[in-house]
Amino acid sequence: MGKLTIGCFSSLVGSMTLDFAVKLCAAAIDKGHKVDFWVSGNGTMLSIKDQRAFKDYSALEKPLKELMAKGLNVTACEACAEARGYHKDNTMEGFKRHSMDWYLASAFDADRVLHIGGE
Amino acid sequence: MATTKLGFIVQRPPYKSENPKLALTHAIASQSVEVYLKEGDLVTADIAFIGDGVLNCIKNQKAMDIYKLTSTETHIKMALLLDLNILVCKEDLARFGLTENDIVIDAEEFGAEMKTKVVPFSEITKMMEEVNHLLFF
Repeated sequence: MGKLTIGCFSSLVGSMTLDFAVKLCAAAIDKGHKVDFWVSGNGTMLSIKDQRAFKDYSALEKPLKELMAKGLNVTACEACAEARGYHKDNTMEGFKRHSMDWYLASAFDADRVLHIGGE
Repeated sequence: MATTKLGFIVQRPPYKSENPKLALTHAIASQSVEVYLKEGDLVTADIAFIGDGVLNCIKNQKAMDIYKLTSTETHIKMALLLDLNILVCKEDLARFGLTENDIVIDAEEFGAEMKTKVVPFSEITKMMEEVNHLLFF
């Protein structure tokens, strides 16, 4: 099995791109691949805990926690998060925060890098 | 010892979205990636501006005056200081009526030796074929 590094920059609310990226992570993990998932820019919105799940907006905390339990390694850009007021104390448990070099380091030994989105 | 080459392709215009700046800051992060790698391993970053993305390279940007933000121009200069390979599509510059004289070519005031290269799209295609992974912004 391979290693995928998936990066996504799109916001949780406002597009379906982050939904797609999380579903892609799920498909890869279900196939037995190792997945590193990096979010930066507006994508860091995914890291906030206790988001209320309305039916009109994407809510990915539950599927994300299930994926983390299956081994998904998910990391947010710390600077991008801090710039948006997303601090460590309101970050979902298990969601890591690092600088951008983490993403590049993950890409170093990835079999595929899938870079998704942007606004 | 191994090297992974990444190609950052910037297609969007500046300040309209965060993408070009994220491309530059992620590419610049290649300079500190070693802390996560084994000794001798490297990640390199080439950056290519194509399509509307060439507008990021226009010089004399006033982002600090107008938005109180570090300009994309300054990020490009930082990338040159860090010896990143920066390519700008010659045909797309021409499409906007721009020439080398209109864009950031060097960062001598920062002490950078590297210069921006204005190249035909075929050269950018060649770079894209040579890297291990492509990241589109």
